Amino acid sequence: MFQRLTDPSRKPVSFRFEGQEIEGAEGDTVAAALLAAGITSLKDAPASGSPRSPYCMMGVCFECLVEIDGAGHQQACLIPIREGMDVRRHLAAQNIGEAVAGDTQ
Amino acid sequence: MATDFIIIGGGLVGSALSHGLLKAGATVTILDEGDLAYRASRGNFGLVWVQSKGDGMPEYAQWSRESSDLWVDFARSLGEATGINVGHHRPGGLELCLEPEEYEAFETSIKRMHNQGGVGDNDRRMISGDEVRAMEPNVGPEVIGAAYCPHDGIVNPLLTLRALHRIAANAKADYRADHRVERIIPLGQGQNGGFRVVTQRGDFVAGKVILAAGNGSAALGADVGLDIPVGPERGHIIVTERTRPLFNHVLGQVRQTDEGTVMLGATKESVGFDTGFNPAMIRKVASNAVRKIPALKGLRMIRSWSALRIMSPDGFPVYQESDEHPGAYSISCHSGVTLAAAHAVSLAPRLLQPGFNDHYAAFSPRRFDVPKTD
Amino acid sequence: MSTEMDVVVIGAGPAGMAAAAAAARAGASVAVLDEQPAPGGQIYRAVEAVQRNRPADMSFMGSAYAHGTKVTEAFRAVRTDYRPGATVWHIGAFGKGKRRDVVMSRGGVAETISASHVVIATGALERPVPIPGWTLPGVMSVGAVQSALKTSGVYPSGKLVLAGSGPLMLQLAAQLIAAHVPIEAIVDTTPPGALARAFFHLPFAFISGETLMKGLQLRKTVMNSGVPIYSGASHLAAHGEGKLSNLSFTSAGRDITLDADVVALHEGVIPNTQLSRLVDAEHRWNDVQRCFHPVTDQWGETTEPGVYVTGDGGGIAGGLAAERSGTITGLAIARRLGLMEDSARDLVVEEQRLRRFIDSAIRGFLDRYYPAPSWIGVAADDVVLCRCEEVTAGQLREAMAHGCSGPNQAKSFLRCGMGPCQGRMCANSVTEVMAAQSGASPDQVGAFRIRPPAKPVTLAEVASLDVG
Repeated sequence: MFQRLTDPSRKPVSFRFEGQEIEGAEGDTVAAALLAAGITSLKDAPASGSPRSPYCMMGVCFECLVEIDGAGHQQACLIPIREGMDVRRHLAAQNIGEAVAGDTQ
Repeated sequence: MATDFIIIGGGLVGSALSHGLLKAGATVTILDEGDLAYRASRGNFGLVWVQSKGDGMPEYAQWSRESSDLWVDFARSLGEATGINVGHHRPGGLELCLEPEEYEAFETSIKRMHNQGGVGDNDRRMISGDEVRAMEPNVGPEVIGAAYCPHDGIVNPLLTLRALHRIAANAKADYRADHRVERIIPLGQGQNGGFRVVTQRGDFVAGKVILAAGNGSAALGADVGLDIPVGPERGHIIVTERTRPLFNHVLGQVRQTDEGTVMLGATKESVGFDTGFNPAMIRKVASNAVRKIPALKGLRMIRSWSALRIMSPDGFPVYQESDEHPGAYSISCHSGVTLAAAHAVSLAPRLLQPGFNDHYAAFSPRRFDVPKTD
Repeated sequence: MSTEMDVVVIGAGPAGMAAAAAAARAGASVAVLDEQPAPGGQIYRAVEAVQRNRPADMSFMGSAYAHGTKVTEAFRAVRTDYRPGATVWHIGAFGKGKRRDVVMSRGGVAETISASHVVIATGALERPVPIPGWTLPGVMSVGAVQSALKTSGVYPSGKLVLAGSGPLMLQLAAQLIAAHVPIEAIVDTTPPGALARAFFHLPFAFISGETLMKGLQLRKTVMNSGVPIYSGASHLAAHGEGKLSNLSFTSAGRDITLDADVVALHEGVIPNTQLSRLVDAEHRWNDVQRCFHPVTDQWGETTEPGVYVTGDGGGIAGGLAAERSGTITGLAIARRLGLMEDSARDLVVEEQRLRRFIDSAIRGFLDRYYPAPSWIGVAADDVVLCRCEEVTAGQLREAMAHGCSGPNQAKSFLRCGMGPCQGRMCANSVTEVMAAQSGASPDQVGAFRIRPPAKPVTLAEVASLDVG
């Protein structure tokens, strides 16, 4: 969906998305680097599960939520990529504690 | 055009009463406030709670138990009438204890209720920290024990309100939003006088009037000879992002909704009609929650607010028919969710019969009257 | 960890930087909190990095953007406690000594700063554009495309359509053309008769001569670029399965469908009122810009004492005017703190007001030439208004029929506004739809009550708050 203006002077920065190695450039936001790498959907709509993509790229739409280095609910459009960053998709329901079987309420 | 009843307040109490009255064939007008009213119905946990209710009034312990039992069929009937699943579950409830003083206070309360007679302690009992953790794997090591009661449950209060409103609409009740009541004028004397209710947007007339406006009822009570000694008690609530199912039972202050979000409470402040945000209270709520359920530490708070409970001096309901102006009733409580079923099924029909005050003598506000010395 | 300051400025865009600099130069202790890693706000986003690391990109970003380097330099030259990467989530009521706690989250840790003056300079956001299909991957805002370009030198590949109305869309088009990024088409929703509408404001446009000239230059670039332009477009709808594949619309009486991989929407910019609502300041609906503005006095102070809004957050007037407003607010605060006399303040303020008048005089013209859209209130029933919870206009109207009389009841009934964005994307549309449906004015309908946290924060952080 997105591609780069070629600029050989920009320092490459590698990070991982869902275990996959992605190469971005220094100064990229996580969202821009993922879009440039062809990853169009970072999360699904909570109710229907339909795929969503960043809409505003400035921190108000919350469609770019990801988990970064174990911390959830991060807005990918506000955070610059760092070498070795581990980025994962945002989960509609956070994985904390021990899930209980059966009736939850 | 006059209706049989005007209900002032379209929250959980008013709506539940309307449900019962409409079912009995009465015509009903419901007058509700606008978008920024206090709305206790919106600020609560949806607990259908029995344990700890009625320590000091066995009739209330019984009433709460009765309502919890009625809720099973009540929820089903709401679903059948509207297609709305109000999410009623009754897996039993736990009040977790972090300090020995809390544990002892619950223990003492159970003994007292046991000795009251009637439904006694409603099968509430104390269990140890290890027992709690065996029942609930996410409870942390700081918890020393809990009070457990099998009759405790939960329901979605907003969906319940929606269902009750829809039933009222289907039964052609006259529901008016944005109609804040300014005063009530009794018409004539005696039972058949009726009442004129004046709002900012017009007047309404009915044979009987019910004040079910939570903290808003007290001011109107004087118009019809009703003493309604209730006042606001503030509580702060936190709602978190969604997480996977964490609990097998209902925890008193940590309540996971059907959507997976977790609601946390339960603080008490006496600050009048102030729904401002007190960060110290929010810190307390969060701190208690993560001590009880350590896994919650990394979960994010999405929303927090304060809401006003409707509190009588002893915390028990106030029900009364006016002596001065029969046909005017006040129905106030802080457990509008728990009592919704009893209000709809048991209490509402009594509004169509004589002898209301005799039947609900225990809940009369006369209990607060200072005894006069002659 | 708690600190005390004279002033906390929230937002390091042109208004925030100017307010902080003015107050700090007068001797106030000023903290500047901004959620981005570098100053510039949205208008000058990443300008320092672009200048330092990608100077070649400056050439196509345009002179308006390049001006940002001057603003950030001036800001850096003044001594403030500047904290990037800080997300403010609560602004408290007046406590002891008439100070407010500003609570932020930085690197996963809660920090509190108490100040006697709080300046909200969080600017604006683009008006959310609820067309059918706007939640499809591939549909984004014009600002989003521009942000990706500024921060990362990244642009849409495949077929790009710009769709909407307003100077920002024009600016983006010119930037993309200068960068040799192909644009499939521009679908201009500006209603016909623009000049006639805006005619009486034209003299004021000339007062902002430099801005007007720049705008005309942008327009010329776009018109001469060869990019197909569809004028007077309406009834936009995005279509696709799982992602965008085409955009349909009506223009000059014809129904047209264009294949597209990315659609960049724009229908103007509106104040970001999240923090001004959080403090319960009074707001009023502006019928021309079709949005709520916080009610402020000549210094930018809201109805909440000690809380100011400066820059586009108080009403859209543009980046240059924001610098002036920020300076005026900073000076007013310095005066309040006893750091300067009335006369010293007024001397500079008079000049700033004049410059602001010149910078923003074109606004009346622009607001009528590119009017706020009138169709949001009557969006079709199946259009999603609340993206987070997928609540449609039809569901909102149905809730209204069942007695829901305002946005806060809509929240309870439908979960509309209860999702992660906390109503940022749907608030304006919800007010528009409810006003259109009920016939009440937007002021009567009202808006969502905003409660803390302004952005989500972990329970661990909340449990460790240093307050009270």
